Amino acid sequence: MSFPWANEYKPSNAFMRYMDEKLPLPRFVYNAVGAGYPVPRNLNYFWNFGVLAGMALMIQIVTGIVLAMHYGADSGIAFASVEHIMRDVNSGWFLRYAHQNGASMFFIVVYIHIFRGLFYGSYKPPREMVWHLGLVIFLLMMATAFMGYVLPWGQMSFWGAKVITGLFGAIPLVGEPIQTWLLGGFAPDNAALNRFFSLHFLLPFVILGVIILHIWALHIPGSSNPTGVEVKSEQDTVPFHPYYTAKDGVGVALFFLLFAVILFFAPNFLGEPDNYIPANPLATPANIVPEWYFWPFYAILRAFTVDFLFIPAKLLGVLAMFASILLLFFLPWLDTSAVRSGHYRPMFRKFFWFGLIPTIVILGYCGGSHATDGIVLISQIASAYYFAHFLIILPIISRVETTKPLPTSITEAVLGNTPANATLQPAE
Amino acid sequence: MESMASLTEDSATAGEEQGGVRRRDFINVAAVSFAGVGAVSIVLPLINQMNPSADVLAEASTEVDLSAIQPGQAIKTIFRKQPLFVRHLTPKEVAEAEATPLSDLRDPQTLEDRTKAGKTQWLVTMGVCTHLGCVPLGAAEGEVKGEYGGYFCPCHGSSYDTAARIRKGPAPTNLEVPPYEFTSDTAILVG
Amino acid sequence: MIRIGAFLVGLFFSGWLLVSAAMGAFAFVTAPAAPTAEHEFHKPAKSVDFSFDGPAGKFDRAQLQRGMQIFKEVCSACHSLKYVSFRDFKDLGYSEGQVKTIAATWPAETPSINPDTGEAATRKPIPADKIPSPYPNDVAARAANNNAVPPDLSLMTKARHGGSAYVYSLLTGYQAPPAELKEKFPASMPGATTHYNPYFANLNLAMAAPLTTDGQVTYGEGAPKPTVDQMAKDVTAFLTWTAEPKLENRKRAGTAAVIFLLIFLGLCVGAYKNVWADKKKAHA
Repeated sequence: MSFPWANEYKPSNAFMRYMDEKLPLPRFVYNAVGAGYPVPRNLNYFWNFGVLAGMALMIQIVTGIVLAMHYGADSGIAFASVEHIMRDVNSGWFLRYAHQNGASMFFIVVYIHIFRGLFYGSYKPPREMVWHLGLVIFLLMMATAFMGYVLPWGQMSFWGAKVITGLFGAIPLVGEPIQTWLLGGFAPDNAALNRFFSLHFLLPFVILGVIILHIWALHIPGSSNPTGVEVKSEQDTVPFHPYYTAKDGVGVALFFLLFAVILFFAPNFLGEPDNYIPANPLATPANIVPEWYFWPFYAILRAFTVDFLFIPAKLLGVLAMFASILLLFFLPWLDTSAVRSGHYRPMFRKFFWFGLIPTIVILGYCGGSHATDGIVLISQIASAYYFAHFLIILPIISRVETTKPLPTSITEAVLGNTPANATLQPAE
Repeated sequence: MESMASLTEDSATAGEEQGGVRRRDFINVAAVSFAGVGAVSIVLPLINQMNPSADVLAEASTEVDLSAIQPGQAIKTIFRKQPLFVRHLTPKEVAEAEATPLSDLRDPQTLEDRTKAGKTQWLVTMGVCTHLGCVPLGAAEGEVKGEYGGYFCPCHGSSYDTAARIRKGPAPTNLEVPPYEFTSDTAILVG
Repeated sequence: MIRIGAFLVGLFFSGWLLVSAAMGAFAFVTAPAAPTAEHEFHKPAKSVDFSFDGPAGKFDRAQLQRGMQIFKEVCSACHSLKYVSFRDFKDLGYSEGQVKTIAATWPAETPSINPDTGEAATRKPIPADKIPSPYPNDVAARAANNNAVPPDLSLMTKARHGGSAYVYSLLTGYQAPPAELKEKFPASMPGATTHYNPYFANLNLAMAAPLTTDGQVTYGEGAPKPTVDQMAKDVTAFLTWTAEPKLENRKRAGTAAVIFLLIFLGLCVGAYKNVWADKKKAHA
């Protein structure tokens, strides 16, 4: 599972020796995120975001548990109970704003983590399972975030729930029964709110479980690195602790700094004002928009305006929205280039920075805007590129591209091609 | 953050430069300590949120109209989400309570101590047994009043006398008298 | 196989999107969307300065008290403030006794029941009560206001794009509809029960201008002159407080947190450099 030169765990005292014999949890931690896990020495700051995502999840779980102590999952009192938290509960405003903006922080961090993987080819063998489990986490996060957004029972909560469950109504034949089943009624109400609360509480722990699998799967081949060249010798690695705990410390400090600025000085900047209006089934907000982290997908959903033969546009939009995420599962087989890192793939790199990234930013902008003709037109073109990028361009690039020469080892990439370091040491 | 806790010891080997070791250790210790202080300052609101919230603390005071309570009768009402007994003692009950020597009492208090001056017939107490918090019987019509004619707690058999003082059973102290005042001859404001 | 399937799926989605885009563009050119009155006459919120703006902003207690007075004397006739309690007014700088008096003299009473008969009744509010609504329920509010329920104002400054500036702009934005509007969009002229206000999303709202004349409310000694502008500012400040009563705690905690984290960041960078010192040396 690990490299032969990994440090061996040595219990430091009698108690730890006892623990090591009965329940080797300290040894497990030592080998997972301690000095017993050798990591490539050349990781850059983009490799901080896995740890940061884990921390963001913990923030959400902890603040969520305490908020649940005060929240009332009943359509009659849900909105008022959130205001009760904001006004009367000790430090309630802090906990609520932390949870509300913590979700945004979680998505910021996870999106950077995903794009890190996309650029450096982290989805390629032997790490396909890591990538797939990561996508499962992402899907679970989206479900959790959506249901959490319903809980304050504001206008956007209500209409978001209505629109998203309405997507299932687009499925032929079984769509409407499924929609009614999801809501436990014909429109979002108490039944829907209660089940969303229950699942919103459950899913983070499922995510936690999948994260453990994600890390487990990662530890089998070990971490990738910015060159994409596999570890070949001991000098290519450093122990995770203290080297990367120290580096992650810097990332953690920056994460909390950004979090604090948003939480304390602009807590409603990322939110929609409409959600401070109690849910009203008789009045639709002028512009129903999800939270920012769903904007690109929402733009893809709205981009389909024309029926294709017998397939209605609404169903096409729903299919495309799900396809836009699910296609990422096929990435290890779509991008067949043997070179992982975008650094050594000139053509891939151009399409990544000048194609994919701007497309997603544009889709995000369109998804958050009022759907005027112009916005829809732009999101159609951007969505077309999005699908073409992954499904057409990427497979072609990986065949035709001439990649740059790779360094023979990580150490060479870090220290330069000095004779002492150029000699390859085969793994023992 | 916990994983940084042992960072200091390892850094001793990491920082090999002989002159710089102490200053370096200091920064590592400081970073870990700051992480600790930060963690504590986040934990505090997490604990504090379980304290009573502002709406709970804004104790709603309870007004009780006494005009309909005949001598020998009592009513149960609610103060701070707990039962409150208001009892109109008969002259006989007052006399019984006053005749009891303080030496017989586990928690010595006179009836005067427990009522307002000139209004000794109005006994206002919490309906919460001082043993384990059950609601004693004796306030409502037809309930057992126990062998001392006051209140009787069915949970573990504590008996209170006509001044709601503990006489028998496991309860350690008399029924609590909440703060209250007469707003008129026939009305009190509790709290 | 996967790549062939992906290619076909990609071709379908991208192709159909481009076809849709072309059809949309064609429609856009041949039949452009008609301009709307909202698009041409709606104005963004005015820019206005408040004491609570900025990272160190604080409420002006005297202003909040004046705003409370306006709410009590003007707004509370139609609007509720149901998430705010009288006891919260202590934050405005009132003493316990003053809060009691404000509660007891509030224009609306708190619903209760007659203790003898159990029938619905009302009583004078006490500090622990939420601020009572002027109408017993939405149906009554609707009936009394030409079918438009006056919204609760507790969260108004957080519930609209533009926030406090929007509320201030709306209060000071009533005016006669421009002649141009009548020419171009006669359907968007105010009706018998609506009033023109370019800061309102669809230009005409059911509420008549609430603050109409200077001196409508009599301020206490030492207060600024109660012009419409001043009154609008004061009541907006008050409504900002009702929407975000913990604003000052939040900004204070935030300042401390950011300073702490900046120092922490510095220490983390220092610790990082220490730990990696020997690896860097190997480089030299």
